[in-house]
Amino acid sequence: MLQIVRDFEKERMKKDVPAFKPGDEVRVHVLVPGIEEERTQIFEGTVIAMKNGGLRETFVVRKLSYGTGIERTFPLHSPIVKKIEIIKEGHARRAKLYYLRRLKK
Amino acid sequence: MLEGILGKKLGMSQVFDEKNNTVPVTLVQAGPCTVLAQKTKEKDGYESVQLGFESMPERLLNKPLGEYLKKVNAKPLRFIREIRGATEQVPGNTVTVEIFKEGDFVDITGTSKGKGFAGGMKRHGWKGGPASHGSMSHRRVGSIGNRATPGRVFKGKTLPGRMGNERVTTQSLKVIKVDKDRNLLVIRGAVTGFNGGYLIIRKAIKKKAGK
Repeated sequence: MLQIVRDFEKERMKKDVPAFKPGDEVRVHVLVPGIEEERTQIFEGTVIAMKNGGLRETFVVRKLSYGTGIERTFPLHSPIVKKIEIIKEGHARRAKLYYLRRLKK
Repeated sequence: MLEGILGKKLGMSQVFDEKNNTVPVTLVQAGPCTVLAQKTKEKDGYESVQLGFESMPERLLNKPLGEYLKKVNAKPLRFIREIRGATEQVPGNTVTVEIFKEGDFVDITGTSKGKGFAGGMKRHGWKGGPASHGSMSHRRVGSIGNRATPGRVFKGKTLPGRMGNERVTTQSLKVIKVDKDRNLLVIRGAVTGFNGGYLIIRKAIKKKAGK
């Protein structure tokens, strides 16, 4: 990628993102879409994957809700992701924890 | 007013708009361009400006272009094209991205990526044959005409062949942002060709800002 594209992305990236990794349990404060006021919801679960890089980086959070696995992909630098808290550090031995999908069922 | 500028595709990225939507964008380096010549109705029969974009080392210059640039008193430039339309720009002027502003619509012309020898489905969007039930005609050409009447293949029949590497214009692309310091245009959506490919950026003929 060209340096000028990298610079363009860097300016728009969030600077206060905590360093989390796949396997960590996180609490994501995310804006509720479609309403006037600013209200946030919390999505809490395990980070099972991080994809892409730069401004386009996304991460997937998986949680179990009443026995059903729910996964949500967040664009890391999007303004809808207000805050990310790390609840518990995990130690994953691979970068993508897709095996959890089969494991938990 | 000058209707266009020359530039170079840098690559794609994304930005977030005021509604927090993710918007795909192409970064285009537009200008600064040098005005090399002005064509007038009296002298040339039409009105346009000739622009040159991106300097290059003198040793890469070939003789015909070198002599021409010497005549118009310009430094070696890689990409030279004319932009139609009357303007007040005179040779020697410099054109920058400032001719565009946020919210404008532009038409962008470039050379598409070459796809090599491509089949009919890819090249012309044919539907193809049945996938199963004993069909052996999955991506084949099939029939290209009738029998003794008309006894020939019609002109313009779409067939496999070389695809891409041709002039493509994408119309009515929105300018998301203009960065004067870095001569950068941020364009919504995709622009034809490779990163680093040369582009002609003109004001949109179909769509005007604010519509």
